[in-house]
Amino acid sequence: MMIEFELNGEKVKIESTLSMRLLDVIRNDFNLTGTKEGCSEGECGACIVFLDDQIVNSCMVPMSNVIGRRIETIEGFSKTERYQIIERAFIEEGAVQCGFCTPGMIMATESILRKGGPITDELIKEGLSGNICRCTGYQTIYNAVQAVLKEVQAHV
Amino acid sequence: MNISDRINRIDSKEKINGQGKYIEDIQFENLHFARTLRSTIPKGKIVGVKYPEGYEGICIVDARDVYRNQVHMIDNEMPVFADEKVSYIGEPIALIVGKDKNNIIRFMNQIEVYYEEEHGIFSIDECRGKTEQIISSHRFDKGNIDSLDYDDVFEREYTTGYQEQLYMEKQGLVGDFCEGIVTIYGSMQCPYYIKNALLHCMDLPSDQIRVVQALTGGAFGGKEEYPSLMACQVAAAAQKIGAPVRLVFDRREDMTYTTKRHPSRSIIKSYLKKGRIVGMEYFIELDGGPYAGLTDVVLQRALLTMTGCYSIENFRAEGISYRTNNIFTGAFRGFGGPQSMFALEQHINQLAKHLKIDPMAFRREYFVKQGDYSATSGQFHEEIFLDQMADQLQLLSGYQDKINRKLPNHGIGISFIPHGGGFTGDGEANHIKGVVKLVKDKEGYVSILVSSVEMGQGAKTVLSKIVASVLAIDIHRIIYHNPDTFIVPDSGPTVASRTTMVVGNLLYRAAQKLKKQMDCLDEVVVEEHYIHPDYMVWDQDKLKGNAYLSYSWSAVAAEVIIDPLTYEITCTDIYGVYDVGTPIDKSALLGQIHGGIAQGLGYGMMEVMTSNQGLIQHNSFSSYTVPTMSDMPIIHSECLMNPYQDGPFGAKAAGELTLVGVAPAIAAAVEDALGFEMNHLPITPELIAEVVLK
Repeated sequence: MMIEFELNGEKVKIESTLSMRLLDVIRNDFNLTGTKEGCSEGECGACIVFLDDQIVNSCMVPMSNVIGRRIETIEGFSKTERYQIIERAFIEEGAVQCGFCTPGMIMATESILRKGGPITDELIKEGLSGNICRCTGYQTIYNAVQAVLKEVQAHV
Repeated sequence: MNISDRINRIDSKEKINGQGKYIEDIQFENLHFARTLRSTIPKGKIVGVKYPEGYEGICIVDARDVYRNQVHMIDNEMPVFADEKVSYIGEPIALIVGKDKNNIIRFMNQIEVYYEEEHGIFSIDECRGKTEQIISSHRFDKGNIDSLDYDDVFEREYTTGYQEQLYMEKQGLVGDFCEGIVTIYGSMQCPYYIKNALLHCMDLPSDQIRVVQALTGGAFGGKEEYPSLMACQVAAAAQKIGAPVRLVFDRREDMTYTTKRHPSRSIIKSYLKKGRIVGMEYFIELDGGPYAGLTDVVLQRALLTMTGCYSIENFRAEGISYRTNNIFTGAFRGFGGPQSMFALEQHINQLAKHLKIDPMAFRREYFVKQGDYSATSGQFHEEIFLDQMADQLQLLSGYQDKINRKLPNHGIGISFIPHGGGFTGDGEANHIKGVVKLVKDKEGYVSILVSSVEMGQGAKTVLSKIVASVLAIDIHRIIYHNPDTFIVPDSGPTVASRTTMVVGNLLYRAAQKLKKQMDCLDEVVVEEHYIHPDYMVWDQDKLKGNAYLSYSWSAVAAEVIIDPLTYEITCTDIYGVYDVGTPIDKSALLGQIHGGIAQGLGYGMMEVMTSNQGLIQHNSFSSYTVPTMSDMPIIHSECLMNPYQDGPFGAKAAGELTLVGVAPAIAAAVEDALGFEMNHLPITPELIAEVVLK
């Protein structure tokens, strides 16, 4: 059937079954390959996208849940100003190694910021504990998120 | 600027914004997909395979499509496709290739394979005493172990389980065949291993075989030898259909059927005289799975540094690797070291306790020094600063107070680890013979031509920094593309913590030569070949002499708190002091330290992977738990500068070392907290309960 939704700010239509995974539609039909498939069971966070204002593991989302809703991938988010701040922090803190988990980490970081309210250490760790990284040991990623917070809060 | 001062990695941006293309992200025209038909039994004869009829657009690629049905690794015993017999669950029998993935799956669901099943062997215990199960064995002595004068013997047994590399990007390659040339693109550590495997299994000359690395999402040894098997398969498929064929595993497939760290069993026996070690016997056994692969090399690395950081006068090392019908085991960061060093370090701790001596003070009595002889009777030619590292670790961790205070359920443990850089013995000189090239173009840009890959560890940044620093030019004037065997010489595989130290040093020398010609207006090409240092003396048959070019060292302390009811372990802090020569880039090194600690923590206390009758039981992210951000301790690390004369700017190996010392330190900390011996890895609450309640 024809499914309509918003993808990175644009209205799109796609011929798909209701049970098709959002991840496959993003990657194969729209060739947006920044969203990665790591575990295929919602455990690793490499395929995180925004569904309306919530992050979701797109490998666990059937297209039936996407009808009429807003999807934002790393390709869309990377055009924002806030992305620039996060990118700079990840580069300067050395938070990127093999890079496969990185787009998912960026989306999870943005999700922490979008939630608003006071952001504690625990909240950062909880917010990123759904993203597995096998290279960095997480400390530089944690430092990068701290650096982002500092910069974002300085702008408020 | 000091060479160690951090710079930003040169490859971050495309990875952060998602524009970087891993093999699954690259578009190919007329792309076909492949899935692997696998054995469902661990051992037996294939009596027949019945493929369903009435399918269009499906191509079967099997042993009949391979010119020489052997995967060339060290030997050639593994078939590209199982033909008459299968030796493990998951052994590839055929590739099913087509353009429609769903069609492939429907087709595969109807395939019937008929077997004559045979009795398999699934444990080290079952292999004992059966010479036909031996893949390789070694034994060597130092001093005289047979005529010792001793008054006490201390003996313990240690075991370790599987560990999965769990690179975030699964195994994946594309094979293409166009105008007589076969090309392999994909996720890999060793482009020339793949090229040599293709040269062996295909009826094609060298100049019609090409291997190109794609952006690689982590490897940790898991993409050292395994991609050679996949490459032989997709090359045959591409040649058969004349179109590109992509083979990307799904995660469960990857976790169930690709190489893991070898399970091990070690027995260490120390002979004592008046409380001093006068001799030690070490015996290690590894489960190699059905094919040799790299198992013997892993066994050698486990054995060669068996005395660790200690000077033991009389010593015997013996090791056996066995052939089983479990999954075949292979390269993984540390390469035998994590197994043997866990056994040795636990033994040293337990021995110290047996003798009622503080484990730090006990170790200091035996630390090796420059001029001492190693386990393989090779003289340590470099300066060794283990005492200083111990001082530094004590300061950094507050060890003395913590070991003395004896808070209930709190523990602190230490480990001291050597790791040899580069290939074992004369491997760099006789097997690898690394070559690098630098090409300066007319605009003054300098291209690095090496077969070393960037897989996350920072090779592109570190090697570029070495060349840029020697030439005194901006790092952005260095060009370093992913290796393509049509362009780059064979500088060796990206393994054995050799990239910075060995390949980096070749580039360092090449850059020094190029520097004199930087003013030249034409293109300049400089080639540099590996030269074996004359202080390296090695007898591969007897395993005697200098086993490694140089050693890197770590001193690690771990602090744990154990829940008295559930035995849940929390590792709160890890302290590490490292001697890796001169770090080329502090940020890159920190990446290795933190990442190694995370993987070592997993190996030590989280990552349980078991096999039942040859079938891996923990085959997904939900059943195989690796550390998340919430599981990480606070990491405190320092370096001790100890430049190595034959490393670029004095750099030594760093990649593997950082993993090896973590699990032993955690094990020692758990022992300190509970007072029970921990002789198996990983240490889980279930294991503690078993030990404590016994």
